[in-house]
Amino acid sequence: MVTAEQVWAAFEEIPDPEIPVISLVDLGVIRSVDVSDGHVRVEFTPTFLGCPALEMMKRALEEKVRGLGAEPQVEVVNDDSWGTDKITAAGREKLRAAGFAPPAPRLVQLQSAVHKCPYCGSTQTKLENLFGPTPCRSLRYCESCRQPFEQFKTI
Amino acid sequence: MNELLLGLADDELIIGWRDSEWTGIAPMLEEDVAFSSIAQNEIGHARAVYELLSDDADALAFDREPSEYLCAPLVQLHLLDWGHTIARRWLYEVADEIRITALMDELPLAAKINREEAYHRMHAEMWRERLADTPQFRAAVDELWPYALGVLPPEQRDALASRVERAEVEAVERGTNDDAFTALHEEMTMVRRSAPAGAQW
Repeated sequence: MVTAEQVWAAFEEIPDPEIPVISLVDLGVIRSVDVSDGHVRVEFTPTFLGCPALEMMKRALEEKVRGLGAEPQVEVVNDDSWGTDKITAAGREKLRAAGFAPPAPRLVQLQSAVHKCPYCGSTQTKLENLFGPTPCRSLRYCESCRQPFEQFKTI
Repeated sequence: MNELLLGLADDELIIGWRDSEWTGIAPMLEEDVAFSSIAQNEIGHARAVYELLSDDADALAFDREPSEYLCAPLVQLHLLDWGHTIARRWLYEVADEIRITALMDELPLAAKINREEAYHRMHAEMWRERLADTPQFRAAVDELWPYALGVLPPEQRDALASRVERAEVEAVERGTNDDAFTALHEEMTMVRRSAPAGAQW
């Protein structure tokens, strides 16, 4: 009989389709895993509602559950109780190491001093574009090391 | 079906479609990216609301006749002019904030939409500040103001008027879908109409 721990461990192997350095578990988007009688119920929340990777993530979760010999039921929860504050500490460090500035906490969302360059750590950065290559990213520029970088948006 | 929510979803779908018309031809590369991303978000919001209303969101989005869409005339306008486009974005986002925040207590999805819309508002506000003193932008806001009022139900219009510091005038109401909308609908539904039966996306 499959356990919730096994399911969580399997989900740790699923990379985010658009930022593969981080797993769906590190991203914090998996809200709950409930196992009963060979059925696994998973709740997850997309970062942005328009995220084109939504179906891909749902299918990846279902495949992992089937791989453990259980029947998946993946529910998408679209409410405000998930936010980028739920990204794990390990996830934030993986993002930073890959050149993505981790999101600022919700409380301080848009104060520019909290946006640190992921390369040199300077807070002398400026907004280049609120929008970037995916809905969850903005573009910033570091005036200290002169490196453009991507900023994970706070949601 | 809830007409208020269907109108909201139709607004988001159609403004997303109209905003996506700037992809590739915006006046600067940053705005190509911004309009494409905003459009993607708006269409994502439409999808999430259609899913609340129906088990088949695609059917609701694409299989109705043009006359059955409840979107406000503001979002239908075909405006390949930057001043008008920014005026519409700004007026639409102010109106949208009023109706979305009014829904947040009863609809958990509205709070998630609102958090994403915050970025659209910042973008629109940044452009409004930049263009505020130009005669072209002021004329565009004058022209679109009756349309902006039509986005909201009558009881929310005074809030919009006070936010944008204008007097209420007669609104251009929902329910008048013109030829420009029919052309947009034709283009928007083309892939779905031409897909072979049983196609998976």
